[in-house]
Parts: sequence; structure tokens; C-alpha cells
Amino acid sequence: MDSVSDLKSKEIKRATLNELVEYVSTNRGVIVESAYSDIVKMISANIFRTLPPSDNPDFDPEEDEPTLEASWPHIQLVYEFFLRFLESPDFQPSIAKRYIDQKFVQQLLELFDSEDPRERDFLKTVLHRIYGKFLGLRAFIRKQINNIFLRFIYETEHFNGVAELLEILGSIINGFALPLKAEHKQFLMKVLIPMHTAKGLALFHAQLAYCVVQFLEKDTTLTEPVIRGLLKFWPKTCSQKEVMFLGEIEEILDVIEPTQFKKIEEPLFKQISKCVSSSHFQVAERALYFWNNEYILSLIEENIDKILPIMFGSLYKISKEHWNPTIVALVYNVLKTLMEMNGKLFDDLTSSYKAERQREKKKELEREELWKKLEELKLKKALEKQNSAYNMHSILSNTNDE
Amino acid sequence: MNHCPCFFRLKKGHGGSFRFLSQPIFWISDLQLPRRGPGGGRHQPIRVWVHPPRRNRTSGLSPASLGAGRGLGAKPAAATSRRRKNMAGAAGPGTGAGAAGGDGDDSLYPIAVLIDELRNEDVQLRLNSIKKLSTIALALGVERTRTELLPFLTDTIYDEDEVLLALAEQLGNFTGLVGGPDFAHCLLPPLESLATVEETVVRDKAVESLRQISQEHTSVALEAHFVPLVKRLASGDWFTSRTSACGLFSVCYPRASNAIKAEIRQHFRSLCSDDTPMVRRAAAAKLGEFAKVLELDSVKSEIVPLFTNLASDEQDSVRLLAVEACVSIAQLLSQEDLEALVMPILRQAAEDKSWRVRYMVADKFSELQKAVGPKITQDDLIPAFQNLLKDCEAEVRAAAAHKVKELCENLPIEGRETIIMDQILPFIKELVSDTNQHVKSALASVIMGLSTILGKENTIEHLLPLFLAQLKDECPEVRLNIISNLDCVNEVIGIRQLSQSLLPAIVELAEDAKWRVRLAIIEYMPLLAGQLGVEFFDEKLNSLCMAWLVDHVYAIREAATNNLMKLVQKFGIEWAQNTIVPKVLVMANDPNYLHRMTTLFCINVLSEACGQEITTKQMLPIVLKMAGDQVANVRFNVAKSLQKIGPILDTDALQEEVKPVLQKLGQDEDMDVKYFAQEAMSVVVQRLRKLDLPVKDCDEPSAPGADKNHFLRPRGPGEDAGKEGAAVRGGQSPCRAQVERLESSEASYILVAGSVAPNVPSSSSSLS
Repeated sequence: MDSVSDLKSKEIKRATLNELVEYVSTNRGVIVESAYSDIVKMISANIFRTLPPSDNPDFDPEEDEPTLEASWPHIQLVYEFFLRFLESPDFQPSIAKRYIDQKFVQQLLELFDSEDPRERDFLKTVLHRIYGKFLGLRAFIRKQINNIFLRFIYETEHFNGVAELLEILGSIINGFALPLKAEHKQFLMKVLIPMHTAKGLALFHAQLAYCVVQFLEKDTTLTEPVIRGLLKFWPKTCSQKEVMFLGEIEEILDVIEPTQFKKIEEPLFKQISKCVSSSHFQVAERALYFWNNEYILSLIEENIDKILPIMFGSLYKISKEHWNPTIVALVYNVLKTLMEMNGKLFDDLTSSYKAERQREKKKELEREELWKKLEELKLKKALEKQNSAYNMHSILSNTNDE
Repeated sequence: MNHCPCFFRLKKGHGGSFRFLSQPIFWISDLQLPRRGPGGGRHQPIRVWVHPPRRNRTSGLSPASLGAGRGLGAKPAAATSRRRKNMAGAAGPGTGAGAAGGDGDDSLYPIAVLIDELRNEDVQLRLNSIKKLSTIALALGVERTRTELLPFLTDTIYDEDEVLLALAEQLGNFTGLVGGPDFAHCLLPPLESLATVEETVVRDKAVESLRQISQEHTSVALEAHFVPLVKRLASGDWFTSRTSACGLFSVCYPRASNAIKAEIRQHFRSLCSDDTPMVRRAAAAKLGEFAKVLELDSVKSEIVPLFTNLASDEQDSVRLLAVEACVSIAQLLSQEDLEALVMPILRQAAEDKSWRVRYMVADKFSELQKAVGPKITQDDLIPAFQNLLKDCEAEVRAAAAHKVKELCENLPIEGRETIIMDQILPFIKELVSDTNQHVKSALASVIMGLSTILGKENTIEHLLPLFLAQLKDECPEVRLNIISNLDCVNEVIGIRQLSQSLLPAIVELAEDAKWRVRLAIIEYMPLLAGQLGVEFFDEKLNSLCMAWLVDHVYAIREAATNNLMKLVQKFGIEWAQNTIVPKVLVMANDPNYLHRMTTLFCINVLSEACGQEITTKQMLPIVLKMAGDQVANVRFNVAKSLQKIGPILDTDALQEEVKPVLQKLGQDEDMDVKYFAQEAMSVVVQRLRKLDLPVKDCDEPSAPGADKNHFLRPRGPGEDAGKEGAAVRGGQSPCRAQVERLESSEASYILVAGSVAPNVPSSSSSLS
């Protein structure tokens, strides 16, 4: 498909498509039963294609300009026409479902990998309409999206249309019936949560977080597993992602029920305490902003006995040593707020702080000692074994590999 | 294809802030299992050391996280602390009885340590303890490993992927530790759980370990334990267990009984038509491997239909894996069956509408060619290959271009030349002026290989024009690829034919603005020198080699230095003395200290190649003179050079000339100069001592051994010696910081030395 040859024919095609679009959107009663087959055939012939390899093998969606589809001038019109067709008041899903079937949807979904954002935008609307009008295809569409996501997470880590698909899901989740089916919960825990590990999270994090929060608004009992899941995948080295995670946690805390909060406060605040003392000031700052949130503040106050001991150590420490003056100022405010919540506990913690640290140092030494003894024990055992003429040669060579 | 997406995440998880997981299961109750056999009663039940997970671990990598996650309020329950006290009495360090290490106590030790460590909040520590699992098992002995350690591990499989990965890997080598092949099946339960986790890397490792262990099973145990495991995985609910199962069929099939074999085939069949594409991909990837262990009849009756289905799967990611399987299947079938059963599908794959599938065909072309044999190659594959060479996607063309040489080599010798000349070469000619640089560079990397196949005349007439065109290509990679393969052509037509075009190409690459290109051409210099001969080299290329020594990129200067050494090895000492050494030594007076250091680096590598005489007479005086340089970097490199060339010098020179200079440098005001002078001194003194010469001043306080410690000791246990050193150096002169970055070897030396030192005092102090 060469985009520069045969310009005259291309122009004719474009004009015809334009005419078609015009025709279906202005006239009534023109979508007759016999036309469905040809319409779907025309659409399939034009938009279904194997997407070409990316021009830029190291394409970074955040940095690089996407390669735009060369045949867009007419493909756009085909999409346009498809959309008018689907949205036409004359459109009858009961007839169309003979042609718009699983195979059709499957091919449509593959196109979401297109590098051209204009195409993905059309696809998003098209798929949303199809999901709305074809009840029989809904489960199938969800399952295929599921597969695309799993492949994205665990196999290729590359799919251009993740954000668009999530956006569609966001609106679908809203309509799930209660109680949630096992299938939907599984999707949340086994697909959406692991998606947080993706390298290009920044590209679709807003949509992803929206989906997660939608789930939690539907069913609050999911809060605990979701937060534990996020904690499991908490970024270790990528500060940018850490800030996103913190944002998502805040969104979740905004809708959390106090009973659910009690279940996760300990692990959650241990993580927050680490974030607060991050040497990357944006991470620390984002975590400290939690204390500006009225609702979170009220949750903290209710559970101050649990939370203060977790937070105290790192807050105390960074108030003394963080390099960034803004952070230090924020920490002072937070410490002040916490002190007002429970002054006595605060004083106790301050006075025991040093002793606690000493004890930890001692434990560290003990641990080293343990390993050393173990090492000796291993040697001793190995000798015994050798003496008893048991051939341990292979095992020893195994252990020596370390 | 399937690069694990999460590999990086796993790799980089060692520092910075940690994500922490849901805590592993805490065993509050005593972990006591019935024990049989002699001496069973002697052991005390294992008491699990329960105390709150330790807090405030520093990772070492991120000082900033010190103090993070402290939980001051968490108080162990009363019962917990009591038990902990018991444990401390039994096995804790520093308490009288425990430290004495009675037999009963010893046996408690390992598992207590492991369990304690496995609970640690710090992933790194949990990881360390898992990596030492074999130590623990060895200390425990085989029986207790089986009855206590393995059940514990099976239950704790609820950790971070990194820990699980280490566990999966360890268990693969555990057969000996659980008592040999008779007990290998004890390892299956933990590995089965690991084979179902989400993370691909962990799962793959678990499957790898399972495959390893399967070989160690007895036939009976294989049917009793291993096959049921495979079946369970194959019918698991979630796709992960089914994908893992795909990799296990081929290892248990050959040793199973006929009835079981039929069942295994049945399971494999159903996975090939699984409705999750992930599972179909896994099955397609293992299809070839499975076909190899099947009986020929079953291959024809069962594998071929599966192959046909997978090769026409709706997803191209499945179809392309079928191409891989095609290679294995084709090897098993007779020519007739091949033609009837496999070729239609292969033809279809070569023209698949998805470029990924066509790419795969191109990529596997040599394997396919070997598998189908010469007849089908000629009838079917050559036309297919022509199509791939002019495919509309550059990726496919590049993959095919890569295979040109192999394809030609593997053609039957009879008639080979005609086929290449008539059916391949015309397409290659087109590719030389392809629009895509990857295609051209792929071709350039193999095209020279054709000259040996086609012989002198054809090479001169047909290939030479192509080489020359590529030597002028606008893309440096193409030119480099041609130059790097010159040896092939040299054998056939001699390099003279090319030298006129070669020289401008080399000069241009040598001056390319990208230092990586310059680096690449330097690497080929020794090769070129060997083929062009010393005269041509001296005349045309020598000046280039010298110019690189003063390049503004360190990596180029370094490569240029090594290049000189290789050239000397090729052209001999005399050549070095006349052409190289004088020029190098002149640089010792260069106003730029970086160039002065280059002299030292050159001497380091050249001294060995040049031998004692040149080193002593010409190089040593220059090095010694530079000891008075005003830049400290030069001075400590003098010390290092002296250490390096020491072994080449004779003892007189060492004693009379080197030692005084090193002694002087040992008193330098700069701590780094001092350090390296003392280092060098210790080596020199050692050498003199070996030669049985009296060493007068070895007992002086400035003797190297003592001073070395003196130098290292201030870097206490908690400090990062490497960082400290860098900071100090950085603080002294700005230009040196720049150099230090390049000379990472010293920094790492200090780091090693510094990290070893702290262990010495701690071993004795903390016990008492």
C-alpha cells in the first residue's frame, strides 16, 4: 500500500466515502437489511490489516512522536462511516450481529495496538458502541481485553492501546451488577493490579486508577486485597511511579470506609513512612500531602495509636536530616499535627527513640553472627558426612556455587 | 520472542525504597513433626523463633531509608517474648550454652535462622537467606530437610517474586540434599506452587527446576508423583498453571507407560486448543520439543493436526511459534510426508499476512533448510526466500539478508554456484541499495562470506562492485560491517583489490563524529594491519593510530592504547622501537595531563610486548621522571605503572631506581598517591624478597603491610569506603574528578578493601 501512487483513484475513493458518510447521517431508513453484509465487508476490508512494525524500534510513547497512519485520509472516513452506521437510529443490532461477530471484534481489538492516536480514539468509541449494543458480545470482549492485558503485562510489555481499553472498562465497571461476579473480581486482582508493574505506567495510570477506584466504590470489601496488592508491587527504584502510586492510594483513601481502613493501616503506613523519608523530594512531598487531606486526617486521628508509632521514627529522622528544606518544613507541620492528636504517646516515642535504635543495631550484629555460626555448622556437617564415606561431592559442589 | 517484561523490575529491586509484601505466614505454634529413625528422639522439637519482624534495616544502598518503617509501638506478645527467650537460650548467639554449640542446639540452629530471616521485612535479607538454602539444608541433614524445611517452604510461598525466583532456582539442585533420587518427589509440592504464580520469570524458573528434577526421579516415582503433578497443572483453573504444564510433557513422556502416554498426549492436545492465547502460545512453543519424544505414528496422527491448527491460529503470535515447531517436526518426517503434511503450511507461513510470521520464517530459514533437505529447498524454499528478500517490511528483508550466507553455504555443492548466481545474487544486488539501513547493514555483515563460496572470478566480477558500493555507503554501520569481515575476501582475492577504496572508508570512520564508530574501527585495526602488511600500514594508517591516543574521549584513548599493544605483537619489537615507542614517549611532555597519562597507560601495555631491554632503557626513565609531575593523577599513575612494569625489570633497576622513587611517592602529600605508591612498593618488595635479595627497610614503619592497614582502618565498618575516597578526591581538584570516573578499577579496589576490613573486629567482639 503505497501512499503516493495512484493519487487519482485515491481521491475518487475518498470522495465516495465522504458521500457515504453524508448519506447515512442525513437520511433515514437507508440502512436496510441487505446492506449490512456489504457494509461490514467494506469496513473489514479497509480497516483490518496487520499493523506494520514501528519505524522506531525503541519507540518510547512518552518521548517520541508516534508514526502516523499513512492511509489515514481514507481510513478516517471508514471509521467515521462505521460510527454513523452504529449510531444511526435505524441500526438494528439483531441483524448486525450476524456480521459483527466474535472474529470481527477480535480483529478490531488487535487494531488498538496502532501507533496512531487518532485511530485509537475512533476505535475506542466504536468498541464502546459495540459493547453497548451487542449484549451477546460483552463477555467475549471482556475476555479478549483480559488476554490483551495479560499479554501486555507478562509477555511483551508493549501495547499502544492500553489507555483506551482501560477507559472503556472504566465505563463498563460502573455498570456491573452487584454482587460482583467472581470473573470481575479476578480481573481486578489478577489483571488490573499487576498492570501497575508495567514500565510505561505513566501512559495509562490515570485510567487504571479510575478503574480501580470504580471497583472499590462498587464493593468496599475489595479495599484490603487491592491495597495489599499495590503494596506488593510498590516501585522500588522508579520515583516517578512511586508518586503515581501515592496518588492512587490517596484516591482510594478518599473513598475508603473506616472499617476497611483499620484492616490495612499498618502495612499501608509502613509504606507511607518509607515514602515520607524518600530522598527524592517529590516522593516525600507527595506522601506528606496526605496530611492536607481532611478525610485522611480524620482517619489518622481515629487510629493515631497505631499510626503514630509507625510514622514517628522516619518523621523524626527526616525532620533532622532531609536535604530539602521544603520537606523539612512539611514534616514539622505533620509532626505538629500528630503531636496534637496524642501528645502523651508522642512524648513516649521521643524518649524511647534512641534506645530503640541501639537495640536495632545490636540485632543486626546478632544476625551476622548467626550466619557465621551456620556456615561453620555446614562445614562441620560436611566433614562428618565425608568421614562417614558418604559421597557428598555433588552437593558440596552445588553449595559452593553460591 | 517472549522477553520477560518484568525482568528489569526483578533485577533492579535491590536498593532504594522497598515495596514490602504482605507478611509471610507467621507460625506461632511449634513446628513439630513426627520424626522417625535412629536418633530421632534426640532432637528437640523445633521452636519457631517468633518475634516481630525486625525493623529499621538499612539497605546499604540507600542511606536515606535509614530509620524508615520503624514501628516502635509494636510490642511482642508475652508468649512470644518468652519463647524467644527460650530460643535465645537454645541457640542464640552470645549466650553461654548456645555459643558452646551442643549437638541438640546445633540442629535447631539452621531452621531457626532461616525462619527468622524469612520473616524479615527487608527483601534483601529474605533473599539472602533463600540463596543460602542449600547451606541450611546441608546443616539440617536430609531427613529434617524433608520433614521440616520443605513443608515450611511450601507454606511460605507467598512472598515477593524476587524471593520466589531464588527459591525456584535453589530447589532445582536440591535432590542430593533431600536424600537422593528416592526422595526427589519431596521437592514437587513447593515447585508446583511456584509453577502457578503470575510472574513469568518465577514460573519459568520453576519449570526449569521441575524438568531438572524429573530426570532424577525413578520411573516409579515419576508415574506416582510427577505425572499427576503435570496433569494437575494442565487442568488448572488459571492460565499460569496450564502454561507451565506445557513445558513438562516432554520430560515425563519418554519414561511413562503406554496408558499414561496416551493420557499425556490427550492433555497436550487440549492445551493446544486452549481458549487462552497465552496457553496456546506456550503449547506452540513446546510443540517441536514434544514431537521429538513421541512415536512416529503419533507424530503423524496427532502432532501434525495440532501443528496445522496452531499454524492457522487467529493470533499471529501463535502462528509464528508454529514456524519454530515446524523445524523440529520436519526433521522427524520422511520426504513424502513432509511434502504432503508440512510443506503446504510452511508455504502459507512464508506468505502470511502478518509480517511477524514472515519474519519468523526468515529468521529460522537455515534451520528450515536443513530440516527439509536439498530437494524441497530447491523447489520451495528458494522461491520463498526470494520473496522474503523483497518483502514489503524492512524487518523481514533484514532477517532474510542475515541468512544469505548460511543459505548459500548449505546448498548442495553440486549446482550451488548456478543457483546462487541465477536465483540469489540478483536479489542481493537490489538490497545493496535498499532504503533501509538495517537491511543494508544486515547484508553487509554476511555478504563477504559469499566470496569463499563463489570463488575468485565471480567475486571479482560480481561481488567486488557490491563491496565497493557498500564501503561508500552513507551509513557507518554498513561500512564497518564490510571492514570487519575483510578476512573472508582476503583469502579469495587478496585485499589489494580493495585497498584503494578501503583507505578512504577507514579514514572517514576513524574521524567519525560518533565515538562509538571510532571505537569500532579501532577494534579492527590489528586485523587490517595483519592483512595490509606493515608497509601499507606505516604509510597510511600509523598516523591514525597515533591520533587516537590523544582523542578527547577516554574510551578511544584506552582502545588506542590496547591497539598499540596488538600491533606490536603483530609487527614485532623492532618495529615498536622505531615507530611507536618514540612517539609515545614524546607525549610525556605534553602540556595536557591527560595525554601525559596516556603515555603511562601505553607503557603499561607495551612494556610486556617490548621486553626488558626497551622497558628498562627507554620507558623506565620517562616514568621515573614523571614522578615529579605536578598533577597528582599523573603521580599515582606513575606508581601504578611502576607496579605494573616491575616484573619486567631486573632487580638492579628495581632496587636502585624504582624503590627510591616509590619511597618518595609514599611520602606524597596526596593520599591517593601515597596509597598507590605503597601498593606498588609492597609488590616490588615482595618480588625482591622472592629473589632473595636483602631488603633493608622492610621493617620500617612505612612498610607497605602496616601502612596499608593504616590507610584502610579509618574507614570504619559503617562507612562506605568507596564513597569516602571519591569524595575526598573529588574535593581536591576538579579535573581529577573527571578522571576518577573513568578509572573505576581503583575505586572498586578501595571498596573491596574497605568492606572486608569491618568483618575482622566484629567476629570477636559481639560474641562475648
